[in-house]
Amino acid sequence: MIDLINAVKTYETGTRALNGVDIHIDDGEFVFLVGQSGSGKSTIIKLLTGEIKPDGGSVLVNGYRLESIRRSSVPYLRRTLGVIFQDFRLIANKTVYENVSFAMRVIGASNAEIKKRVPYVLDLVGLETKARRLPHELSGGEQQRVAIARALINNPTMIIADEPTGNLDPARSFEIMLLLEQINALGTTVMVVTHEKGLVDRFTKRVIAIEGGKVISDGMDGYYNYEAE
Amino acid sequence: MKQNNFGYLVHEGVRSLFRHGFTSFAAICITAVCLVIFGCFGMIAYNLGLLLDDLQAESRVLVFVDENYSQAEAKSVGSQINLMDNVADAVFVSREEAFAKFLAQNEDDEVYEGVEAATLRDQFEITLIDNSKMDETIAALRGMQGVAKVNAQTGVVNRLLTLQTFAGTAAAVVAPVLLLVSLVIIFNTIKLAMLDRREEIAIMRMVGATKQFIRLPFVVEGLLLGLFGSILSFFVLWGVYDLIRNAIAASLDFMSLIPFTQMLIPVAMLCGGIGLFIGVLGSLMSIRKFLKV
Repeated sequence: MIDLINAVKTYETGTRALNGVDIHIDDGEFVFLVGQSGSGKSTIIKLLTGEIKPDGGSVLVNGYRLESIRRSSVPYLRRTLGVIFQDFRLIANKTVYENVSFAMRVIGASNAEIKKRVPYVLDLVGLETKARRLPHELSGGEQQRVAIARALINNPTMIIADEPTGNLDPARSFEIMLLLEQINALGTTVMVVTHEKGLVDRFTKRVIAIEGGKVISDGMDGYYNYEAE
Repeated sequence: MKQNNFGYLVHEGVRSLFRHGFTSFAAICITAVCLVIFGCFGMIAYNLGLLLDDLQAESRVLVFVDENYSQAEAKSVGSQINLMDNVADAVFVSREEAFAKFLAQNEDDEVYEGVEAATLRDQFEITLIDNSKMDETIAALRGMQGVAKVNAQTGVVNRLLTLQTFAGTAAAVVAPVLLLVSLVIIFNTIKLAMLDRREEIAIMRMVGATKQFIRLPFVVEGLLLGLFGSILSFFVLWGVYDLIRNAIAASLDFMSLIPFTQMLIPVAMLCGGIGLFIGVLGSLMSIRKFLKV
Protein backbone atom coordinates (compact mmCIF):
# COMPACT_ATOMS: atom_id res chain seq x y z
CA MET A 1 0.00 0.00 0.00
CA ILE A 2 1.25 3.48 -0.89
CA ASP A 3 0.11 6.61 0.89
CA LEU A 4 1.64 9.97 0.01
CA ILE A 5 0.12 12.85 1.94
CA ASN A 6 1.14 16.38 0.95
CA ALA A 7 4.62 15.10 -0.02
CA VAL A 8 7.13 17.86 -0.71
CA LYS A 9 10.65 17.50 -2.08
CA THR A 10 13.12 20.24 -2.97
CA TYR A 11 16.58 19.28 -4.25
CA GLU A 12 19.80 20.94 -3.09
CA THR A 13 19.89 22.86 -6.37
CA GLY A 14 16.70 24.60 -5.29
CA THR A 15 14.45 22.75 -7.75
CA ARG A 16 11.10 21.95 -6.18
CA ALA A 17 10.31 18.52 -7.60
CA LEU A 18 7.20 17.72 -5.57
CA ASN A 19 4.85 20.40 -4.39
CA GLY A 20 2.34 18.69 -2.10
CA VAL A 21 1.54 15.35 -3.72
CA ASP A 22 -1.35 13.22 -2.43
CA ILE A 23 -1.53 9.67 -3.78
CA HIS A 24 -3.16 6.63 -2.25
CA ILE A 25 -2.72 3.22 -3.88
CA ASP A 26 -4.32 0.16 -2.32
CA ASP A 27 -2.90 -3.36 -2.40
CA GLY A 28 -3.73 -5.18 -5.62
CA GLU A 29 -4.27 -2.05 -7.75
CA PHE A 30 -2.82 -1.42 -11.22
CA VAL A 31 -1.89 2.24 -11.67
CA PHE A 32 -0.28 4.28 -14.41
CA LEU A 33 1.70 7.29 -13.26
CA VAL A 34 2.03 9.64 -16.20
CA GLY A 35 3.55 13.01 -16.87
CA GLN A 36 6.07 14.88 -18.99
CA SER A 37 9.81 14.87 -18.35
CA GLY A 38 10.57 16.89 -15.24
CA SER A 39 7.05 16.57 -13.89
CA GLY A 40 8.17 14.76 -10.75
CA LYS A 41 7.62 11.08 -11.73
CA SER A 42 11.23 10.06 -11.06
CA THR A 43 11.23 11.88 -7.72
CA ILE A 44 8.16 9.87 -6.68
CA ILE A 45 9.98 6.62 -7.56
CA LYS A 46 13.04 7.73 -5.59
CA LEU A 47 10.81 8.52 -2.63
CA LEU A 48 9.00 5.19 -2.81
CA THR A 49 12.25 3.20 -2.97
CA GLY A 50 13.84 5.08 -0.07
CA GLU A 51 16.53 6.65 -2.22
CA ILE A 52 15.58 10.11 -0.98
CA LYS A 53 13.45 11.40 1.90
CA PRO A 54 10.62 13.93 1.61
CA ASP A 55 11.18 17.42 2.99
CA GLY A 56 7.57 17.67 4.07
CA GLY A 57 4.39 15.60 4.32
CA SER A 58 4.38 11.86 4.85
CA VAL A 59 5.12 8.83 2.71
CA LEU A 60 3.99 5.38 3.76
CA VAL A 61 5.04 2.37 1.65
CA ASN A 62 4.13 -1.20 2.62
CA GLY A 63 4.13 -0.24 6.28
CA TYR A 64 7.40 1.75 6.20
CA ARG A 65 7.12 5.42 7.09
CA LEU A 66 9.74 6.92 4.78
CA GLU A 67 10.09 10.42 6.18
CA SER A 68 11.63 8.88 9.31
CA ILE A 69 12.99 5.55 8.03
CA ARG A 70 16.43 4.53 9.31
CA ARG A 71 19.09 3.82 6.69
CA SER A 72 19.48 0.28 7.97
CA SER A 73 15.77 -0.38 7.30
CA VAL A 74 15.87 0.75 3.65
CA PRO A 75 17.05 -2.66 2.32
CA TYR A 76 14.09 -4.31 4.04
CA LEU A 77 11.67 -1.79 2.51
CA ARG A 78 13.15 -2.56 -0.91
CA ARG A 79 12.57 -6.28 -0.42
CA THR A 80 8.85 -5.55 -0.44
CA LEU A 81 9.21 -3.85 -3.83
CA GLY A 82 10.21 -5.09 -7.27
CA VAL A 83 11.63 -2.36 -9.47
CA ILE A 84 11.85 -2.53 -13.26
CA PHE A 85 13.81 0.01 -15.31
CA GLN A 86 13.71 1.20 -18.90
CA ASP A 87 17.31 0.06 -19.48
CA PHE A 88 16.69 -3.39 -17.89
CA ARG A 89 19.81 -3.13 -15.67
CA LEU A 90 20.89 -6.73 -16.05
CA ILE A 91 24.37 -7.90 -15.13
CA ALA A 92 26.08 -8.50 -18.46
CA ASN A 93 28.32 -11.40 -17.41
CA LYS A 94 25.61 -13.35 -15.59
CA THR A 95 23.18 -15.69 -17.28
CA VAL A 96 19.42 -15.20 -17.17
CA TYR A 97 19.24 -17.73 -14.31
CA GLU A 98 22.05 -16.01 -12.40
CA ASN A 99 20.57 -12.54 -12.91
CA VAL A 100 17.32 -13.70 -11.37
CA SER A 101 18.80 -15.91 -8.62
CA PHE A 102 21.16 -13.08 -7.68
CA ALA A 103 18.21 -11.10 -6.26
CA MET A 104 17.37 -14.10 -4.05
CA ARG A 105 20.99 -14.45 -2.93
CA VAL A 106 20.96 -10.85 -1.82
CA ILE A 107 18.21 -11.49 0.71
CA GLY A 108 19.89 -14.65 2.00
CA ALA A 109 17.79 -17.35 0.30
CA SER A 110 19.13 -20.91 0.47
CA ASN A 111 20.27 -22.86 -2.60
CA ALA A 112 17.23 -25.12 -2.27
CA GLU A 113 14.86 -22.14 -2.28
CA ILE A 114 16.64 -20.65 -5.29
CA LYS A 115 16.49 -23.92 -7.26
CA LYS A 116 12.76 -24.17 -6.58
CA ARG A 117 11.72 -20.55 -7.16
CA VAL A 118 13.82 -19.39 -10.15
CA PRO A 119 12.51 -21.93 -12.70
CA TYR A 120 8.94 -21.15 -11.58
CA VAL A 121 9.36 -17.40 -12.15
CA LEU A 122 11.23 -17.87 -15.44
CA ASP A 123 8.33 -20.03 -16.59
CA LEU A 124 5.90 -17.29 -15.53
CA VAL A 125 7.64 -14.73 -17.76
CA GLY A 126 8.10 -17.23 -20.61
CA LEU A 127 11.87 -17.60 -20.40
CA GLU A 128 12.23 -21.14 -19.06
CA THR A 129 14.15 -22.24 -22.17
CA LYS A 130 16.58 -19.30 -22.06
CA ALA A 131 17.89 -19.68 -18.52
CA ARG A 132 21.48 -20.23 -19.64
CA ARG A 133 21.63 -17.33 -22.08
CA LEU A 134 23.54 -14.14 -21.40
CA PRO A 135 21.63 -10.83 -21.63
CA HIS A 136 23.26 -9.81 -24.92
CA GLU A 137 21.94 -13.01 -26.51
CA LEU A 138 18.35 -11.91 -25.85
CA SER A 139 16.03 -9.42 -27.57
CA GLY A 140 15.00 -6.21 -25.80
CA GLY A 141 11.61 -7.68 -24.86
CA GLU A 142 13.24 -10.80 -23.47
CA GLN A 143 15.71 -8.74 -21.47
CA GLN A 144 12.83 -6.80 -19.94
CA ARG A 145 11.17 -10.12 -19.08
CA VAL A 146 14.34 -11.11 -17.21
CA ALA A 147 14.14 -7.80 -15.32
CA ILE A 148 10.49 -8.54 -14.50
CA ALA A 149 11.44 -12.04 -13.32
CA ARG A 150 14.12 -10.51 -11.10
CA ALA A 151 11.61 -8.02 -9.71
CA LEU A 152 9.15 -10.83 -8.99
CA ILE A 153 11.56 -13.39 -7.57
CA ASN A 154 11.31 -12.28 -3.95
CA ASN A 155 7.55 -12.20 -4.11
CA PRO A 156 7.17 -8.43 -3.55
CA THR A 157 3.84 -6.90 -2.66
CA MET A 158 4.38 -4.20 -5.27
CA ILE A 159 6.07 -3.82 -8.66
CA ILE A 160 7.25 -0.36 -9.68
CA ALA A 161 8.02 -0.20 -13.39
CA ASP A 162 9.87 2.94 -14.49
CA GLU A 163 9.28 3.39 -18.25
CA PRO A 164 9.42 -0.40 -18.75
CA THR A 165 8.65 -0.16 -22.47
CA GLY A 166 10.80 2.86 -23.29
CA ASN A 167 13.34 0.76 -25.20
CA LEU A 168 10.89 -1.60 -26.89
CA ASP A 169 8.89 -1.60 -30.12
CA PRO A 170 5.05 -1.31 -29.85
CA ALA A 171 4.42 -5.07 -30.15
CA ARG A 172 6.98 -5.97 -27.43
CA SER A 173 5.71 -3.08 -25.30
CA PHE A 174 2.20 -4.46 -25.43
CA GLU A 175 3.45 -7.95 -24.47
CA ILE A 176 5.27 -6.53 -21.45
CA MET A 177 2.17 -4.64 -20.37
CA LEU A 178 0.11 -7.83 -20.69
CA LEU A 179 2.65 -9.63 -18.54
CA LEU A 180 2.43 -6.89 -15.88
CA GLU A 181 -1.36 -7.17 -16.04
CA GLN A 182 -1.08 -10.94 -15.45
CA ILE A 183 1.20 -10.32 -12.48
CA ASN A 184 -1.33 -7.84 -11.10
CA ALA A 185 -4.07 -10.44 -11.54
CA LEU A 186 -2.05 -12.74 -9.24
CA GLY A 187 -2.40 -10.11 -6.48
CA THR A 188 0.69 -7.95 -6.81
CA THR A 189 0.21 -4.18 -6.87
CA VAL A 190 1.64 -2.71 -10.08
CA MET A 191 2.64 0.88 -10.68
CA VAL A 192 3.78 1.73 -14.20
CA VAL A 193 5.50 5.06 -14.73
CA THR A 194 5.33 6.07 -18.36
CA HIS A 195 4.69 8.86 -20.82
CA GLU A 196 3.51 6.58 -23.65
CA LYS A 197 -0.01 7.77 -24.28
CA GLY A 198 -0.89 5.04 -26.77
CA LEU A 199 0.01 2.26 -24.40
CA VAL A 200 -1.93 3.75 -21.50
CA ASP A 201 -4.97 4.17 -23.66
CA ARG A 202 -5.01 0.47 -24.56
CA PHE A 203 -5.57 -0.49 -20.92
CA THR A 204 -8.49 0.66 -18.87
CA LYS A 205 -6.66 1.35 -15.67
CA ARG A 206 -6.35 4.04 -13.07
CA VAL A 207 -4.16 6.89 -14.34
CA ILE A 208 -2.49 9.42 -12.05
CA ALA A 209 -1.15 12.43 -13.93
CA ILE A 210 1.63 14.60 -12.51
CA GLU A 211 2.57 18.06 -13.67
CA GLY A 212 4.88 20.56 -11.99
CA GLY A 213 5.26 18.37 -8.93
CA LYS A 214 1.50 18.08 -8.33
CA VAL A 215 -1.21 15.54 -9.09
CA ILE A 216 -3.41 17.15 -11.74
CA SER A 217 -5.74 14.22 -12.37
CA ASP A 218 -6.43 10.82 -10.89
CA GLY A 219 -9.06 8.49 -12.25
CA MET A 220 -10.11 5.72 -14.60
CA ASP A 221 -10.55 8.09 -17.54
CA GLY A 222 -7.20 7.35 -19.13
CA TYR A 223 -4.22 9.32 -20.31
CA TYR A 224 -5.97 10.97 -23.21
CA ASN A 225 -8.23 13.05 -20.94
CA TYR A 226 -5.22 14.30 -19.00
CA GLU A 227 -3.66 15.61 -22.22
CA ALA A 228 -6.86 17.40 -23.10
CA GLU A 229 -6.84 19.37 -19.83
CA MET B 1 24.58 -13.95 8.06
CA LYS B 2 23.48 -17.31 6.74
CA GLN B 3 26.13 -19.97 6.11
CA ASN B 4 25.30 -20.40 2.41
CA ASN B 5 25.46 -16.63 1.92
CA PHE B 6 28.85 -16.41 3.58
CA GLY B 7 30.25 -19.06 1.23
CA TYR B 8 28.75 -17.26 -1.76
CA LEU B 9 30.21 -13.90 -0.73
CA VAL B 10 33.68 -15.36 -0.12
CA HIS B 11 33.46 -17.03 -3.53
CA GLU B 12 32.52 -13.67 -5.09
CA GLY B 13 35.53 -12.02 -3.42
CA VAL B 14 37.91 -14.67 -4.74
CA ARG B 15 36.36 -14.46 -8.21
CA SER B 16 36.80 -10.69 -8.29
CA LEU B 17 40.44 -11.11 -7.31
CA PHE B 18 41.05 -13.25 -10.37
CA ARG B 19 38.80 -11.17 -12.62
CA HIS B 20 41.19 -8.23 -12.10
CA GLY B 21 44.23 -10.46 -12.41
CA PHE B 22 46.79 -7.85 -13.39
CA THR B 23 45.84 -5.16 -10.87
CA SER B 24 45.52 -7.80 -8.16
CA PHE B 25 48.97 -9.11 -9.04
CA ALA B 26 50.41 -5.57 -8.94
CA ALA B 27 48.79 -4.89 -5.56
CA ILE B 28 50.14 -8.16 -4.16
CA CYS B 29 53.66 -7.41 -5.46
CA ILE B 30 53.70 -3.83 -4.14
CA THR B 31 52.48 -4.99 -0.75
CA ALA B 32 55.12 -7.72 -0.73
CA VAL B 33 57.91 -5.30 -1.71
CA CYS B 34 56.90 -2.88 1.04
CA LEU B 35 56.79 -5.66 3.59
CA VAL B 36 60.18 -7.01 2.43
CA ILE B 37 61.86 -3.60 2.80
CA PHE B 38 60.24 -3.09 6.18
CA GLY B 39 61.12 -6.65 7.21
CA CYS B 40 64.78 -6.23 6.18
CA PHE B 41 65.22 -3.18 8.39
CA GLY B 42 63.40 -4.94 11.19
CA MET B 43 65.56 -8.04 10.97
CA ILE B 44 68.79 -6.02 10.79
CA ALA B 45 67.78 -4.13 13.93
CA TYR B 46 66.81 -7.40 15.61
CA ASN B 47 70.15 -9.07 14.77
CA LEU B 48 72.13 -6.04 15.88
CA GLY B 49 70.19 -6.09 19.13
CA LEU B 50 71.16 -9.72 19.66
CA LEU B 51 74.78 -8.97 18.76
CA LEU B 52 74.81 -6.14 21.25
CA ASP B 53 73.31 -8.39 23.90
CA ASP B 54 76.13 -10.89 23.27
CA LEU B 55 78.72 -8.14 23.42
CA GLN B 56 77.17 -6.85 26.58
CA ALA B 57 77.37 -10.28 28.13
CA GLU B 58 80.99 -10.70 27.05
CA SER B 59 82.39 -7.21 27.30
CA ARG B 60 83.96 -6.10 30.56
CA VAL B 61 85.06 -2.69 31.70
CA LEU B 62 88.35 -2.99 33.55
CA VAL B 63 88.86 -0.56 36.41
CA PHE B 64 92.43 -0.34 37.80
CA VAL B 65 92.75 0.82 41.40
CA ASP B 66 95.47 3.24 42.48
CA GLU B 67 98.63 1.16 43.28
CA ASN B 68 99.04 3.03 46.55
CA TYR B 69 95.73 1.60 47.83
CA SER B 70 95.86 -1.45 50.09
CA GLN B 71 93.71 -4.43 49.13
CA ALA B 72 91.13 -3.47 51.78
CA GLU B 73 91.00 0.10 50.44
CA ALA B 74 90.75 -1.24 46.89
CA LYS B 75 87.74 -3.39 47.88
CA SER B 76 86.01 -0.35 49.33
CA VAL B 77 86.30 1.25 45.87
CA GLY B 78 84.46 -1.88 44.62
CA SER B 79 81.53 -1.28 46.93
CA GLN B 80 81.22 2.28 45.54
CA ILE B 81 81.31 0.91 41.99
CA ASN B 82 78.56 -1.58 42.82
CA LEU B 83 76.33 1.29 43.90
CA MET B 84 76.40 2.80 40.41
CA ASP B 85 73.13 2.57 38.43
CA ASN B 86 74.52 1.01 35.27
CA VAL B 87 76.74 -1.59 36.96
CA ALA B 88 75.40 -5.12 36.97
CA ASP B 89 78.39 -6.68 38.66
CA ALA B 90 81.92 -5.69 39.75
CA VAL B 91 84.28 -8.62 40.42
CA PHE B 92 87.44 -7.87 42.34
CA VAL B 93 90.68 -9.26 40.86
CA SER B 94 93.69 -8.82 43.13
CA ARG B 95 97.08 -7.98 41.63
CA GLU B 96 98.21 -11.54 42.50
CA GLU B 97 95.29 -13.11 40.64
CA ALA B 98 95.85 -10.77 37.73
CA PHE B 99 99.54 -11.65 37.71
CA ALA B 100 98.77 -15.40 37.72
CA LYS B 101 96.43 -14.92 34.79
CA PHE B 102 99.01 -12.82 32.99
CA LEU B 103 101.69 -15.46 33.49
CA ALA B 104 99.38 -18.20 32.28
CA GLN B 105 98.75 -16.24 29.07
CA ASN B 106 102.44 -15.46 28.52
CA GLU B 107 104.30 -18.45 30.04
CA ASP B 108 106.55 -19.01 27.03
CA ASP B 109 107.51 -15.39 26.63
CA GLU B 110 110.92 -14.70 28.11
CA VAL B 111 110.42 -10.94 27.90
CA TYR B 112 108.21 -11.06 30.99
CA GLU B 113 110.76 -12.96 33.16
CA GLY B 114 111.37 -11.08 36.38
CA VAL B 115 108.05 -9.28 36.33
CA GLU B 116 106.40 -9.31 39.76
CA ALA B 117 102.83 -9.10 40.98
CA ALA B 118 103.56 -5.69 42.49
CA THR B 119 104.00 -4.35 38.95
CA LEU B 120 100.27 -4.76 38.40
CA ARG B 121 97.33 -3.06 40.04
CA ASP B 122 94.29 -4.44 41.85
CA GLN B 123 91.37 -4.28 39.45
CA PHE B 124 87.63 -4.76 38.97
CA GLU B 125 85.96 -6.53 36.05
CA ILE B 126 82.71 -4.71 35.59
CA THR B 127 79.65 -5.91 33.66
CA LEU B 128 77.32 -3.13 32.61
CA ILE B 129 73.55 -3.26 32.58
CA ASP B 130 73.21 -1.11 29.44
CA ASN B 131 76.09 -0.77 27.02
CA SER B 132 74.52 2.25 25.37
CA LYS B 133 75.38 4.19 28.55
CA MET B 134 78.96 2.93 28.54
CA ASP B 135 80.55 6.35 27.92
CA GLU B 136 78.75 8.01 30.83
CA THR B 137 79.59 5.11 33.14
CA ILE B 138 83.26 5.21 32.17
CA ALA B 139 83.39 8.96 32.80
CA ALA B 140 81.82 8.45 36.22
CA LEU B 141 84.31 5.67 37.01
CA ARG B 142 87.22 7.88 35.98
CA GLY B 143 86.07 10.57 38.33
CA MET B 144 85.89 8.18 41.26
CA GLN B 145 88.51 8.47 43.96
CA GLY B 146 90.99 5.58 43.96
CA VAL B 147 90.48 4.74 40.29
CA ALA B 148 93.75 5.01 38.39
CA LYS B 149 92.62 3.89 34.94
CA VAL B 150 89.59 2.54 33.09
CA ASN B 151 89.86 0.24 30.06
CA ALA B 152 86.96 -0.57 27.76
CA GLN B 153 86.38 -1.35 24.11
CA THR B 154 83.87 1.38 23.46
CA GLY B 155 84.53 1.66 19.72
CA VAL B 156 82.82 -1.56 18.54
CA VAL B 157 79.92 -1.18 20.90
CA ASN B 158 79.33 2.41 19.89
CA ARG B 159 79.47 1.59 16.19
CA LEU B 160 77.01 -1.27 16.61
CA LEU B 161 74.76 0.93 18.70
CA THR B 162 74.82 3.60 16.00
CA LEU B 163 73.98 0.97 13.39
CA GLN B 164 71.14 -0.40 15.48
CA THR B 165 69.74 3.08 16.07
CA PHE B 166 69.97 3.77 12.35
CA ALA B 167 68.20 0.54 11.39
CA GLY B 168 65.52 1.12 14.01
CA THR B 169 64.98 4.74 12.95
CA ALA B 170 64.98 3.80 9.27
CA ALA B 171 62.36 1.12 9.94
CA ALA B 172 60.27 3.60 11.92
CA VAL B 173 60.50 6.29 9.23
CA VAL B 174 60.23 4.07 6.17
CA ALA B 175 57.49 1.78 7.53
CA PRO B 176 54.64 4.34 7.54
CA VAL B 177 55.58 5.51 4.04
CA LEU B 178 55.68 1.95 2.69
CA LEU B 179 52.48 0.98 4.45
CA LEU B 180 50.78 4.06 3.02
CA VAL B 181 51.97 3.09 -0.48
CA SER B 182 50.52 -0.43 -0.03
CA LEU B 183 47.31 1.01 1.35
CA VAL B 184 46.88 3.33 -1.64
CA ILE B 185 47.55 0.50 -4.10
CA ILE B 186 45.05 -1.85 -2.43
CA PHE B 187 42.56 1.01 -2.12
CA ASN B 188 42.82 1.64 -5.86
CA THR B 189 42.61 -2.05 -6.76
CA ILE B 190 39.41 -2.47 -4.78
CA LYS B 191 38.06 0.80 -6.15
CA LEU B 192 38.69 -0.49 -9.66
CA ALA B 193 36.86 -3.69 -8.81
CA MET B 194 34.00 -1.64 -7.43
CA LEU B 195 33.84 0.63 -10.45
CA ASP B 196 33.72 -2.49 -12.59
CA ARG B 197 30.80 -3.74 -10.52
CA ARG B 198 29.11 -0.38 -9.99
CA GLU B 199 26.02 -1.48 -11.89
CA GLU B 200 25.88 -4.71 -9.96
CA ILE B 201 26.14 -2.84 -6.65
CA ALA B 202 23.32 -0.50 -7.71
CA ILE B 203 21.16 -3.53 -8.52
CA MET B 204 22.08 -5.18 -5.25
CA ARG B 205 20.96 -2.09 -3.38
CA MET B 206 17.78 -1.87 -5.39
CA VAL B 207 16.76 -5.46 -4.63
CA GLY B 208 17.40 -4.98 -0.91
CA ALA B 209 20.97 -6.04 -0.20
CA THR B 210 22.27 -4.90 3.17
CA LYS B 211 25.52 -2.93 3.37
CA GLN B 212 27.17 -5.91 5.00
CA PHE B 213 26.22 -8.13 2.05
CA ILE B 214 27.61 -5.64 -0.49
CA ARG B 215 30.74 -4.97 1.53
CA LEU B 216 31.87 -8.50 2.31
CA PRO B 217 33.12 -9.63 -1.15
CA PHE B 218 35.30 -6.52 -1.37
CA VAL B 219 36.61 -6.98 2.14
CA VAL B 220 37.44 -10.60 1.23
CA GLU B 221 39.23 -9.36 -1.89
CA GLY B 222 41.25 -6.79 0.10
CA LEU B 223 42.01 -9.37 2.75
CA LEU B 224 43.25 -11.83 0.12
CA LEU B 225 45.42 -9.16 -1.54
CA GLY B 226 47.00 -8.40 1.83
CA LEU B 227 47.34 -12.08 2.70
CA PHE B 228 48.97 -13.07 -0.61
CA GLY B 229 51.25 -10.02 -0.36
CA SER B 230 52.33 -11.03 3.13
CA ILE B 231 52.88 -14.69 2.17
CA LEU B 232 55.00 -13.62 -0.80
CA SER B 233 56.98 -11.17 1.33
CA PHE B 234 57.56 -13.85 3.97
CA PHE B 235 59.21 -16.24 1.52
CA VAL B 236 61.16 -13.49 -0.24
CA LEU B 237 62.44 -12.30 3.14
CA TRP B 238 63.42 -15.86 4.01
CA GLY B 239 65.37 -16.26 0.76
CA VAL B 240 67.07 -12.86 0.95
CA TYR B 241 67.93 -13.34 4.60
CA ASP B 242 69.49 -16.76 4.02
CA LEU B 243 71.57 -15.37 1.15
CA ILE B 244 72.89 -12.55 3.34
CA ARG B 245 73.43 -14.88 6.26
CA ASN B 246 75.45 -17.32 4.16
CA ALA B 247 77.51 -14.48 2.65
CA ILE B 248 78.31 -13.13 6.13
CA ALA B 249 79.15 -16.59 7.44
CA ALA B 250 81.60 -17.10 4.55
CA SER B 251 83.34 -13.76 4.86
CA LEU B 252 83.10 -12.46 8.43
CA ASP B 253 84.35 -14.65 11.30
CA PHE B 254 83.43 -12.28 14.11
CA MET B 255 79.81 -11.82 13.11
CA SER B 256 76.97 -14.22 12.44
CA LEU B 257 73.23 -13.80 11.93
CA ILE B 258 70.75 -16.05 13.67
CA PRO B 259 68.96 -18.59 11.43
CA PHE B 260 65.71 -17.38 9.89
CA THR B 261 63.91 -20.33 11.45
CA GLN B 262 64.45 -18.71 14.86
CA MET B 263 62.44 -15.69 13.71
CA LEU B 264 59.84 -17.66 11.76
CA ILE B 265 56.83 -16.99 13.97
CA PRO B 266 57.41 -13.28 14.72
CA VAL B 267 58.21 -12.52 11.06
CA ALA B 268 55.17 -14.50 9.84
CA MET B 269 52.92 -12.76 12.36
CA LEU B 270 54.28 -9.34 11.51
CA CYS B 271 53.97 -9.84 7.73
CA GLY B 272 50.54 -11.45 8.04
CA GLY B 273 49.24 -8.91 10.52
CA ILE B 274 50.35 -5.87 8.55
CA GLY B 275 49.29 -7.39 5.21
CA LEU B 276 45.81 -8.28 6.42
CA PHE B 277 45.40 -4.95 8.16
CA ILE B 278 46.20 -2.85 5.09
CA GLY B 279 44.15 -5.17 2.87
CA VAL B 280 41.01 -4.84 4.96
CA LEU B 281 41.53 -1.14 5.68
CA GLY B 282 42.12 -0.39 1.97
CA SER B 283 38.94 -2.18 0.94
CA LEU B 284 36.79 -0.61 3.68
CA MET B 285 38.04 2.85 2.72
CA SER B 286 37.31 2.37 -0.97
CA ILE B 287 33.81 0.93 -0.47
CA ARG B 288 32.56 3.68 1.83
CA LYS B 289 31.33 6.10 -0.78
CA PHE B 290 29.66 3.36 -2.85
CA LEU B 291 27.51 2.36 0.08
CA LYS B 292 25.86 5.73 0.49
CA VAL B 293 22.20 5.17 -0.32
